[in-house]
Amino acid sequence: MRSPTALRLVLAVLALAGCRATEAAEGPQDFGRTDRGRYLTIVGDCAACHTQQGSSQQFAGGRPIETPFGTLLAPNITPDRETGIGAWTDDEFVGALTRGTGRGGAHLYPAMPYPSMTKLSRDDALTIRAYLNSVPPAHHPVVANQLPFPFSIRLGMAAWDALYFTPGAFQPVAGKSEEWNRGAYLVEGPMHCGACHTPKNFLGGDKSASHLQGYALQGWFAPNITNDARSGLGHWTTGEIVAYLKSGHTAGAAASGPMAEEVALSSSKMADADLQAVAVYLKDQPGQDQPAPAAPSDTVMTAGAAIYADECSACHASTGTGVPGLFPALAGASGVQSSDPASLLHVVLRGTRSVATETAPTAPAMPSFAWLLSDDQVAAVATYVRNAWGNAAPAVTGSDVGHARRDLAERTD
Amino acid sequence: MSRKLPAKDVVIIGLGWTGSILAQELTDAGLDVVAIERGPWRDTASDFPPSYSPDELRYRLRHELFLRPAQASLTFRNNLDQTALPVRSWGAFMLGNGAGGAGVHWNAETWRFAPTDFAFKSHVTQRYGAKVLPEDMTIQDWGIGYDELEPHYDRFEYLCGTSGTAGNLKGALQNGGNPFEGPRSRPYPTPAQKQPFSHTLFAEAARNLGYKPFPQPSGNLSQAYTNPLGVQMGPCTYCGFCEWFGCGNYSKATPQTTILPVLVRKPNFEARMECEVTRINLDRGGKRATGVTYVDSSGEEWEQPAELVLLCAFQLFNVQLLLLSGIGTPYDPKSGRGQIGRNFSHQTVSTATGFFDKAKFNFNPFVSSGSIGMCIDEFNGDNFDHGPHGFVGGGYMGQVQTNGRPIEMTQQLPPGTPAWGARWKQAVKDNYLSTVYAGTGVHGACASYRTNYLDLDPTWKDRFGRPLLRMTMDLHDNELRMSAFLTDKYAEIIQAMGANQVAKQPRKGPYDITKYQTSHLCGGAIMGTDPGNSALNRYLQSWDVPNLFVQGASAFPQNAGYNPTGTVAALAYWSAKAIREKYLKNPGRPIDA
Amino acid sequence: MRIISRRHLLATSAVALFILPKSSFASIIRGALPWTPGKSDPPTRVMPGPWVYFTPAEGAAVEALADRLIPPDPETPGGKDAGCAIFIDRQLAGPYGRFDGLYMGAPFQPGTKQQGPQSPVTPAQQYRLALAALDRHCRASYGDLPFARLAGDKQDEVIGNLENGSIKIEGRSGSDFFDQLLKDTRQGFFADPIYGGNKDMASWKMIGFPGARYDYRDWVDRHNERYPHPPIGIGLHPDWSL
Repeated sequence: MRSPTALRLVLAVLALAGCRATEAAEGPQDFGRTDRGRYLTIVGDCAACHTQQGSSQQFAGGRPIETPFGTLLAPNITPDRETGIGAWTDDEFVGALTRGTGRGGAHLYPAMPYPSMTKLSRDDALTIRAYLNSVPPAHHPVVANQLPFPFSIRLGMAAWDALYFTPGAFQPVAGKSEEWNRGAYLVEGPMHCGACHTPKNFLGGDKSASHLQGYALQGWFAPNITNDARSGLGHWTTGEIVAYLKSGHTAGAAASGPMAEEVALSSSKMADADLQAVAVYLKDQPGQDQPAPAAPSDTVMTAGAAIYADECSACHASTGTGVPGLFPALAGASGVQSSDPASLLHVVLRGTRSVATETAPTAPAMPSFAWLLSDDQVAAVATYVRNAWGNAAPAVTGSDVGHARRDLAERTD
Repeated sequence: MSRKLPAKDVVIIGLGWTGSILAQELTDAGLDVVAIERGPWRDTASDFPPSYSPDELRYRLRHELFLRPAQASLTFRNNLDQTALPVRSWGAFMLGNGAGGAGVHWNAETWRFAPTDFAFKSHVTQRYGAKVLPEDMTIQDWGIGYDELEPHYDRFEYLCGTSGTAGNLKGALQNGGNPFEGPRSRPYPTPAQKQPFSHTLFAEAARNLGYKPFPQPSGNLSQAYTNPLGVQMGPCTYCGFCEWFGCGNYSKATPQTTILPVLVRKPNFEARMECEVTRINLDRGGKRATGVTYVDSSGEEWEQPAELVLLCAFQLFNVQLLLLSGIGTPYDPKSGRGQIGRNFSHQTVSTATGFFDKAKFNFNPFVSSGSIGMCIDEFNGDNFDHGPHGFVGGGYMGQVQTNGRPIEMTQQLPPGTPAWGARWKQAVKDNYLSTVYAGTGVHGACASYRTNYLDLDPTWKDRFGRPLLRMTMDLHDNELRMSAFLTDKYAEIIQAMGANQVAKQPRKGPYDITKYQTSHLCGGAIMGTDPGNSALNRYLQSWDVPNLFVQGASAFPQNAGYNPTGTVAALAYWSAKAIREKYLKNPGRPIDA
Repeated sequence: MRIISRRHLLATSAVALFILPKSSFASIIRGALPWTPGKSDPPTRVMPGPWVYFTPAEGAAVEALADRLIPPDPETPGGKDAGCAIFIDRQLAGPYGRFDGLYMGAPFQPGTKQQGPQSPVTPAQQYRLALAALDRHCRASYGDLPFARLAGDKQDEVIGNLENGSIKIEGRSGSDFFDQLLKDTRQGFFADPIYGGNKDMASWKMIGFPGARYDYRDWVDRHNERYPHPPIGIGLHPDWSL
């Protein structure tokens, strides 16, 4: 059983260490070095991909990673010499983590977030290695590449890199505060927020003009996390962003789906000062003014209001204000007003359980309504919550819902 | 042939309120705890969401959330001369099943017993003389006082976020609360619920008659609440589908909404669902429990060794498992000797239905909650002089109507209405919105008697071939007189609300296993200070097997005029504290009084 | 090839079970609250259509009985048009009709009223026996007519004789069947329409019950006011139409 006191102590140490993250390192024998690596491993959420769900073998790989092109299996990164990375040189490790160069010249797919991890200094990267060297080696062979032709040809990745990958460690931006720069380093570097939240083009490269403005993946929509007023974090205070990353919950919002996992494994264990820095940086990311959507039809809004009153208001309240910390607010909620309604449709059709954390352990769940509501009815109630109480977002159509229903039905997670 | 599992520090039988509380307290103390529960896991969003939870047929009539009699039942008779017959379908009480136990489908009426209840025998004997008690009445003192339990009542109420108005804060009487309650160390965690029309009308009528009405303490919350474990609850929406049902919006205090989210996160806790404990195993000397044997859902038998065994099943099944495991001496009603099965009792409930002028009164009975209500306590316990009445004990009474569910509610029609046909239909139409009907409007105590007891049935068996429990139970003159008196007092208030007609329904004998009378069964493995007439010491520790603690209302020596859950939970916290602070320092030994 | 690999698999799992003594068949809760996406357990909607349990003659008799127990009036349908017989038919065809989940351990022997019903005859069987006996009674007493074809006053006479026990079924008082029938008919009349009765929520409209709603926060302290909204059922929401 992990002692909370010990954990807090470690985090306090790390919060200090984190400020000096790019400075010269302690010696390799230093205990603090392993601990710094462990912290960066948490910030980088390495376990999310490199540990199979439900497995007790941490970092032994094998978890399927969905990409738009097919499924990859995350490799074993324990120090096992044969099937893990125990035999790798430091250079090979740093190359893989920060430049996507695999052992023996092979090239990694950017499901491995080396385009973000490149912001790490060599020393940061080696602290991660120091930590990974301390975990039990697991003999667990994983064949990472499960992609269909032509994506199975790794050679193509070199060309991809030329187009979409800018290598290089993080450089502080002059004129911005130390906190802002720390936040920038975390968001663009180890936290690799853009991996989910930045839209991708058809080759999976970042659409850099829409940086952090939201992207649909794994049956969800990772929302806009710029300071965009309606669908982004414009109405969030930095305190709310910190609380959300720490506990998975704010008065109005709850993390579920892939973000629930991120909070549980990563950001809930990060130092408060780092989360504050993240919030400061995100709040400084300009949004993109969306044109006002056309108002939905009265028929749809009337039906949506009736469905909402009968099925939703007992938790989310007739005013759309929810119950702080328990049932998310829908009025004014950025997630509800996302350009892409995938997450909203996901929770209505499949239900969801919000994340449980030390400070917010309740993990209330939303029931599935797939059995009750037709595609048109889901569309009506979704359109209603996206446009009631001063909200504004494009209407959802029955055929959008039909597609979502079919896609979700095939999901195995 | 059972297979043996690795030993645990603690094995808990049953994951209802007491199992959840004990698991939480003992995992906090660092012990490795496994809970074994014969029912399924139950979760708000998938088992009773708002979209299909309000279903009277499924949950109320077809007993969706309850134990199936096919899985475990009992036999019943009124007296020693009869042959007990199986209870084939539930009637007089409802038995919970699965995670949360009866805590899932309870009303959430969260009362404390009165200080005199814990020494009821001494108290009435002192006030009225020993001869006031019938010869065959076997009531006895609990061996614990209200003051000792107060901090534990407080913990449970703050766990649940109980909504209410204090009547006695540290000895100072408070306006609007129950002036007869024992002193409480602090106010209720949340204010009382709002009250619907008929409930406020009852309070007004009671006040006019000189009583001091107060809101019933409610685990349906008046506002959102975060408990000391960090678990959050929502506000009750007065849906009227509370008791017999699961709550769809996290607003009824249940193990699910207060403890389980925190408990399941602990690495030293595990729950095994759909596994039924078939016996508690003892060592050769029979003085130490070595663990339990259980059968999983595919019929495999397992032995779970443990240092400490906590029996946290429902009252009936606590007693059955003790008898089946050969722990303690079975009670013999003829000699009065033996401890296991003695002092079984229930609750003496009754009501009076008021029919009002539909042109003047519209009660909207469907706007309600499981533990809503305005009550008076003037006729409970010994709050009034019993001298002239020829009985002891009492009960609270109130307009505690929980619902307007039509199958149930339309059974209440003015006396003389035919059971079918056009006149029946017209009466249903005319009375639904203007009838005051609280099924347990009068919530009376039930004393214990020599021939009300539990033992093993000689004939009928459960699905594993084990003998069913046999219940021998009847209502005695003391309770029938009490019920007549209390029901009269209650009917006066209903009349004073402005009813056109009041139909009194006092409890009548013989005890009827088909008529619902609350699920507040108690006794059978009672606590006390004398191993000669009790199964457990004052910490709920078995006199016979000191590493076994038996939780729940099976420990009550007799029932008081209040709902039992508050006291059941307070005793669980009290027992947990004793385990942590006394027992674990000297495990395997009886705790000194 | 397939057989060999399956065998291999079975052998491997048996070994695993043997080596790892864990209760592999229990549903084990640890670490987190369980969650299954899309999991729900709503009631199954009764569809109109032919009788599932009743014969056509039985169905006609129960419809006629229900329509006298709960007669139609100008505002509200009677038991027949409300679907009470369909409700009973589907209930008898399901777990309720079979005594599923009840304690059915032998022996069965008669007891006191307070000990509750002790018959092994299931509701489905009871209806079959009782409706046959009722049919014989009617044909014998009313010129070979079945119950459904009797005039209203004669039907009421028969029901009254069932109620007071003067009609015998299998040698026993007909009042047991009357009680069962009345209970089931009322349940069909007032239960959620998803179960086949209470058509269009007619009974709820009649009494002013708003149905399967879950939020009356705005109404708890609006005393002595008529609740204005019409009822809704589980999966029956007239105002959701698009």
